[in-house]
Amino acid sequence: MSASAASASAQRRASVSIRHEDFDLGSEVAALREGMPAVGAVCAFVGTVRDRNEGESVATMELEHYPGMTEKSIEAMIEQAFARFDILGARVVHRVGLLQPQDQIVLVAVSSMHRGESFQACEFLMDYLKTQAPFWKKEVTPEGARWVDARVSDDAALARWGIESGNA
Amino acid sequence: MQIQIRFFASLREALGLSSLSWQTEATTVGALRDELIARGGVWAEVLARGRAVRAALDQAMVGDDAALRDGAEVAFFPPVTGG
Repeated sequence: MSASAASASAQRRASVSIRHEDFDLGSEVAALREGMPAVGAVCAFVGTVRDRNEGESVATMELEHYPGMTEKSIEAMIEQAFARFDILGARVVHRVGLLQPQDQIVLVAVSSMHRGESFQACEFLMDYLKTQAPFWKKEVTPEGARWVDARVSDDAALARWGIESGNA
Repeated sequence: MQIQIRFFASLREALGLSSLSWQTEATTVGALRDELIARGGVWAEVLARGRAVRAALDQAMVGDDAALRDGAEVAFFPPVTGG
């Protein structure tokens, strides 16, 4: 490996974790910044389980995914984020299995030299993930269990980046 | 050709099946969906053309035109709702 390739890889950090266990925002951000003095900005989004959806109270939520494809699709999104934005690192954690209201579901954290790129890349990754990563939510409400419907507004959010979704 | 088909979320539940080894005459993902619809019953219901069903071929999202190959992994599922 040439010296320039080595320094380029040292300046770029990307990883995806799909798992049952919870995550700690502070540790995740610290890991994204560690040993990377070029970082001047970190933007992190945390999605959590609401206690209400579509007018019903939500007792529990179960998340299903497509092992293998889910990881690959998020890695591809991160590739796109690196191609579009001047960012230094990206970390995505998504939980699966049984969750309760107030539990954390998803983390998207992005690092860059300046804040603008992190803000944009973080939103880009979330918009992408909502409509392209194979996850499915099932809620338990007083009316029984139901699969959550995809939202057309999520497709519209991705369209802002010039990407056709066609999910919902 | 012989392929592997996987089902997720509401489709998996309705079919009572998460994967299936399948001998197909179809050459595209769309034709495979029609072949499964032709089995009738719950198959015709959950994969009906009016319903929002997404497909993946070898773990990448694809449309009806995607070409099948022997040993391919095809998945059918509803619109995704993660995040």
